[in-house]
Amino acid sequence: MSARDLDDGASLALRVRRRLLGDRLAGASLAVLLGVALACLVGPLLTGHPYDRIYYDYPRTPPSLALYPRPGTVEPALARLAFRMRVRAEDVAVGPDAVRLTLAADGPVDARVLTYFARSDLFGAARVLARSGDGTRLTVEAPLRRTRFLAGTDGLGRDLLTRTLAGGRVSLALGLMATAVALGIGVAYGAAAGYLGGRADAVMMRLVDILYALPFVFFVIMLVVFFGRSVGLIFLAVGAVEWLDMARIVRAEAMAIRRQDYVRAAEALGLTTAAILRRHVVPNTLGPVVAFAALLVPRVILLESFLSFLGLGVQEPMTSWGVLIADGARSIETSPWMLLVPACALVATLMALTLLGEGLADALDPRGPR
Amino acid sequence: MLRRLAQGVPTLLVVVTLSFFLVRLAPGGPFDLERPLAPAAMENLRRVYGLDQPLLVQFGRYLAALARGDLGPSFSVRDLSVAELLARGLPVSATLGALALGLALALGVSLGGLAAWRRGSALDHAVTALGTLGLTVPGFVVAPLLQIAFGLTLRWLPVGGWEDGAPRNLVLPVATLALPQVAVIARLTRAGLVEAAGRPHLRTLRSLGLAPRTLALHALRGAALPVVAYLGPAAAGLLTGSVVVETVFGLPGVGRYFVDGALNRDYTLVMGTVVLIGVFVLVFNLLTDLAYALVDPRVRDQG
Repeated sequence: MSARDLDDGASLALRVRRRLLGDRLAGASLAVLLGVALACLVGPLLTGHPYDRIYYDYPRTPPSLALYPRPGTVEPALARLAFRMRVRAEDVAVGPDAVRLTLAADGPVDARVLTYFARSDLFGAARVLARSGDGTRLTVEAPLRRTRFLAGTDGLGRDLLTRTLAGGRVSLALGLMATAVALGIGVAYGAAAGYLGGRADAVMMRLVDILYALPFVFFVIMLVVFFGRSVGLIFLAVGAVEWLDMARIVRAEAMAIRRQDYVRAAEALGLTTAAILRRHVVPNTLGPVVAFAALLVPRVILLESFLSFLGLGVQEPMTSWGVLIADGARSIETSPWMLLVPACALVATLMALTLLGEGLADALDPRGPR
Repeated sequence: MLRRLAQGVPTLLVVVTLSFFLVRLAPGGPFDLERPLAPAAMENLRRVYGLDQPLLVQFGRYLAALARGDLGPSFSVRDLSVAELLARGLPVSATLGALALGLALALGVSLGGLAAWRRGSALDHAVTALGTLGLTVPGFVVAPLLQIAFGLTLRWLPVGGWEDGAPRNLVLPVATLALPQVAVIARLTRAGLVEAAGRPHLRTLRSLGLAPRTLALHALRGAALPVVAYLGPAAAGLLTGSVVVETVFGLPGVGRYFVDGALNRDYTLVMGTVVLIGVFVLVFNLLTDLAYALVDPRVRDQG
């Protein structure tokens, strides 16, 4: 039995769901997408690192499963700390969870220097175990601060996994919001032009043609450069750019719908144009619109990343995939993972969205599966 | 033909007007420095460049100059006019774009043709996968990856720089620019060929026992339409895409001038770049229409 036989009599929604379920690629894409979205949503809370926390002791740490601090690095770090505290570190004993040592100096040791331990990324707050009679020797114990950097750290020592997931939040949210803006403008404009027809349609579509010929990427760059680099402006600019295709698609659909009998009937019943557009025209254009919107999201994410890559988008310490990739591209010689981690996240998301969008377009195609 | 050209004029006018007022309405000026200039000096500068006039007068002057082909002096690069700057950048961008487009056309059509010829084979799937990959992996990811692979690991090619267009310096930028275009053209060619093969006239020709090569030529002609239609936007895309490529590889092209100009509030340089690109987009769309008429007799006969 072919897919077409299965379709007989089924509603549009049912048919689309059936075809999508049969499409393994679209299913896998959907799974990847949900995974990425979930990871970006809750991931930054689970990694144990705030996205903007700078670990001064761990810049450019390569990705690994290992626990930090590494055993060999504790003693040199203690030596550096002692130098800054202007004391000598003696009788150092490194345990699995804590270090014990004696701080010695020629004069009395002030216990306030212990704040250096808490400020370091390797140790927690230290406490005094014993004090010699003249105060020149202080025995202290400081817990080791155990951390992991699964995807390594960036040039400042920020956890890259957390940053990639937090950046993903921004990129995905921007992608969805800008698509919504483009969708809103495009559907309203296209439906109005297609339904009104005649002179209004000609003028409206001529305007779209003119806007189409504009070098829009350049306009977005100008807008962002001259009016400040706020996130809101970016998504507004991107949304304002991407509605043209949507308007064309919806217009073509609306023109076909306009000739249907039920629209004639609605007109005869005296419904207002706005009501007909809302009740009859827009809902019936939704099929192709949904498919196109799914393809629009990756384009918007790409455009945002492109702007951020040029340094015109999201600003520090906030981040997005484009910002991270730009960062990584600048340090490919010393730390290639800084490019690879966010690039993989971006490419996986874009590819999943594109494949899903194409699957949707196929499923919605009234001519049946290709 | 002339009518098409005339239609381009209002579009260009919209481009110029929009960008002019967008640039001028923005806060900040070209002579804002970390340490402000003396008011008298600022006044002089503004007078020399005509910035003290009302905005509409400035706009009128700009249009008048533009009609004479004068793009004005650059605000940020002293002693050079915008035309001179663009004349330096354009050969770089044009070389990259033309090579990338040529490469994309050759590779894309042959890959798409192979995929359509061996439909359903591993080769077909490979081309489809490559198409998706080329479309979704952005240039600013491809470019650094190519730099790692060929510049730093293998040390075959330079990581960046122009060096008067030495072929070694061109390889990576052109590859980066061409990749997404190869993907689209291969897809379009494949889809066009598959559809053309099912058309009645091809079935007739096949039933007449024509050689496969002749059949392929006929099918290709049908498949050429969407590819030709795509080339106009593609050429424009290459111009904008080169912003990234020129930034990553450090090439002195038009895209770089634009971004630097925008960052420096160089009004005339930004305007000049936008006008130049607007003209390019128009010319390419026109050429596309012409080529379309050449390939498709139906379009030609409509006039």
